[in-house]
Amino acid sequence: MVTTFFTFATVKAYNEGMRDAIADALKGRGADYIEVHFEEGEATNIAYRGKRLEEISRGRSSGGNVRALVRGSWGFVSFNNLDGLRGKVDLALQEAKLAGREPFKLSPVKSVVDTVAPQLEKSATTVPLATKKELLDRYDDVMLSIPRIQSTRINYRDSMRRTIFANSEGSYIEQTRTDLAMRLTAVAREGNEVQQASLSMGSNGEFSAVEGLDGQARELAERAAALLSAPQVKGAEYTVILDPVLAGVFAHEAFGHLSESDFVYQNENLKQIMVLGKRFGGKHLDIVDDPTVPNLRGSYKYDDEGTAPEGIYLIREGILEGRLHSRETATRMGEKATGNARAINYAFPPIVRMSNTFIESGNTSLEDMLADIEEGVYVKDWYGGTTSLEMFTFSAGEARMIRNGRLAELLRPVVLTGNVFTTLQNIDAIGNDLDMNQGGGCGKGGQYPLPVSDGSPHIRIRHCVVGGR
Amino acid sequence: MENLAEILSGARQKAEQAEVFSGSSRSTTVQFEANELKQVQTREKTSVSLRIFREGRIGFAAASGGNGCEALVNMAVETSRFGGPANFQFPSSLEYSEVRTYDADVEKIPLERLVETGRQLIGKIKAHTPDILCDVHITRGTSSVSLVNSQSGEESYHKSFFSLELEGILVRGTDILFVGDNQSSCRAADDITDLASKVTWQLEMARKKAAVSTKPLPVVFTPLGVASALLSPLVLAFNGKAVLEGSSPLRDKLGQQIFDRRLSVWDDATIAYGVGSYPFDDEGVPGQRLPLVTDGLVTNFLYDLQTAALAGTHSTGNGQRPGGGFPSPGVSSLILGAGNMPFAAMVKDMKEGLIVEGVMGAEQGNLLAGDFSGNVLLGYKVENGEVMGRVKDTMIAGNVFQVLKELPGIGQEARWVGGILRTPPLYCSAVSVTAKAG
Repeated sequence: MVTTFFTFATVKAYNEGMRDAIADALKGRGADYIEVHFEEGEATNIAYRGKRLEEISRGRSSGGNVRALVRGSWGFVSFNNLDGLRGKVDLALQEAKLAGREPFKLSPVKSVVDTVAPQLEKSATTVPLATKKELLDRYDDVMLSIPRIQSTRINYRDSMRRTIFANSEGSYIEQTRTDLAMRLTAVAREGNEVQQASLSMGSNGEFSAVEGLDGQARELAERAAALLSAPQVKGAEYTVILDPVLAGVFAHEAFGHLSESDFVYQNENLKQIMVLGKRFGGKHLDIVDDPTVPNLRGSYKYDDEGTAPEGIYLIREGILEGRLHSRETATRMGEKATGNARAINYAFPPIVRMSNTFIESGNTSLEDMLADIEEGVYVKDWYGGTTSLEMFTFSAGEARMIRNGRLAELLRPVVLTGNVFTTLQNIDAIGNDLDMNQGGGCGKGGQYPLPVSDGSPHIRIRHCVVGGR
Repeated sequence: MENLAEILSGARQKAEQAEVFSGSSRSTTVQFEANELKQVQTREKTSVSLRIFREGRIGFAAASGGNGCEALVNMAVETSRFGGPANFQFPSSLEYSEVRTYDADVEKIPLERLVETGRQLIGKIKAHTPDILCDVHITRGTSSVSLVNSQSGEESYHKSFFSLELEGILVRGTDILFVGDNQSSCRAADDITDLASKVTWQLEMARKKAAVSTKPLPVVFTPLGVASALLSPLVLAFNGKAVLEGSSPLRDKLGQQIFDRRLSVWDDATIAYGVGSYPFDDEGVPGQRLPLVTDGLVTNFLYDLQTAALAGTHSTGNGQRPGGGFPSPGVSSLILGAGNMPFAAMVKDMKEGLIVEGVMGAEQGNLLAGDFSGNVLLGYKVENGEVMGRVKDTMIAGNVFQVLKELPGIGQEARWVGGILRTPPLYCSAVSVTAKAG
């Protein structure tokens, strides 16, 4: 069998004819819309477990997909092998025609021809492997030098993707996207007790973002060791203060996912809950999703449907003002496409996703927030979070009791849970110290991890359930 | 296979040993959203990865799509400068018994029939609860794995798979209920009766709401609940890597009784038509039935080649490469042996307790220590032996080694969850429960 694998060079050669080819593929087929993605990427992975370098690997990937819309129903075909693009378009059309729903038009966006590349001072992709390893060796040594640290985990990944997007409306966009994520974990042990503490960092591919973290590596290892003798929180309702990192996760998990219109648009009951103009929180509450903030992990000029985002308020002054859309969900809800249709790579269709999601700064200082709390919990740092629309659960990397207006003893890691509608109402103070967290990766519909960032100032929540044993 | 041989011979010119692994798959998923057919997806994937031993160190590179043999070899050579010590051998004679993983009928199911199956499934659920909105995914596909190495090992196998997944959402006011279940196999098992009856049972149990007390309570984890809350910390503790570095609580417990005497757990790569089954693992080591817990005693851990070499033992045939990446120990199919207590008897036995089907955020706690905790996404309160209804705003927390040490009962009714776990319901005596007041 003769197989012509697809490489970027052949795509370049294709470029001239691609728009013609798509126009051709559309003719007489009864398709309402077709788009094509091609992609070539490379990545470096480094993983440590204790002193041992567990994995150092490099990878390359190339492939693409075709997505076709016929009477409101989608066909999607993804592939690594570019042979027979016409046949793939045929298959996508055949799939789309299986349903045969109502006539349907995607929300209009301007057709664009553009080329986008990130502006980086020190792109991780160009940093020699030896330099990356040297840096991680150092962080590993720093963590392992702390007493009672028995092991460590380091996961580092940088990647670059060059993508081409073309659709049947004449858009043609080439984008280069870079990303970097690193997680340091120290595992402390004493007898049968095992505790761990982590730090997650990331950037839009800028390597300097993960340099010079020796102090933080030491601090997290010391914290893991200290957790060995820390008590568990007593499970109950508390007044809690969230640090900017965890409050950002809260904005993302508890509210952000509810703003993704694909959860809402087909569900009449949910639509009624999420009516624009409805009050969700106090006048001090503003939540934003904005891909146009420069140089964050969730930043981009065009989404994977070729829509240029502008950034929107999800909540302004406590009132529900906007939500995140793809071109399809925008039409279905009679609203405007917001440029939030994203895919993790060519193997998946774009779906409605967040970008950079944050609570805007208010005017309360942390001291003032603490001052009138007799007994509460201060929670800090992201460990994980998940949501099922109404209910959310998120876990803190670090927790302390608050006693008589002051931070008191260290606690074992805690899990917070609640109902998003009541919890948003229960935010009674918003800090003046907005900070963005670049360490997360979002998962949805089997697509993980998508580069996003989230952020917030310190916030205070009344009556929050804190789990313990 | 020709391409693999070419990469292997290219690599052998620069390395002492080499291994080329290739995986490919093609699957089609019919997706219903909110009761309507929304999208049909076909995904084709191929990937090749190369592992070499060069100057005594391991190098690794992976590629999907054509990037040429030379680029792959060069990337592997580059990483080998920094890689870990090559302290094991690739298997030379690959001898294994046949494991049935392929059913030719799967590929033959027409798309129209998948669509019809989805419609019927949704129809059955709607007949029970008319205002429910169902997302259904039905997938059929095939995959193949090929492996060659410089120790003259060369083998491949094919697999087919078929899965049905349903998630239903019911919104009333600001109250949101999620129900759902799934079934999968290497065979074309598209009978919907069982899946539909499991989901309608959930809807029945969740019909009313009930509140539990904040205190340690007996909890029955259904098979879905076991998968959701207990599986991750349990599997992690048996991972050879965690044992090797000493972070597993079971690291020095081989041969000791850690679990209830009636509990047996094994990993089995040889189950006919099991979604996780294989004749050999992703490093060419034969798959097997590996006892992990026998009558409460810890009997084995899961190893791949490299981890086994470091630990001074043999690979257990559990080397896996999710997405074609670097091999790591993992389960094939995990089986918890059934006991003798009927589910109904467990419910009847509880004065106040919980039945847990799904926990949200269970994997965020201190997994290494065996901890689980999270919000009960789907669970029912039991009072005086009767199911009272669904609980909300309720958290559970516990430690998997503590709760499985002595079990009031192990269920009679074992079933598959997600195609790679088979478990009965587990009746646990005291799990911490925190409920939101008012």
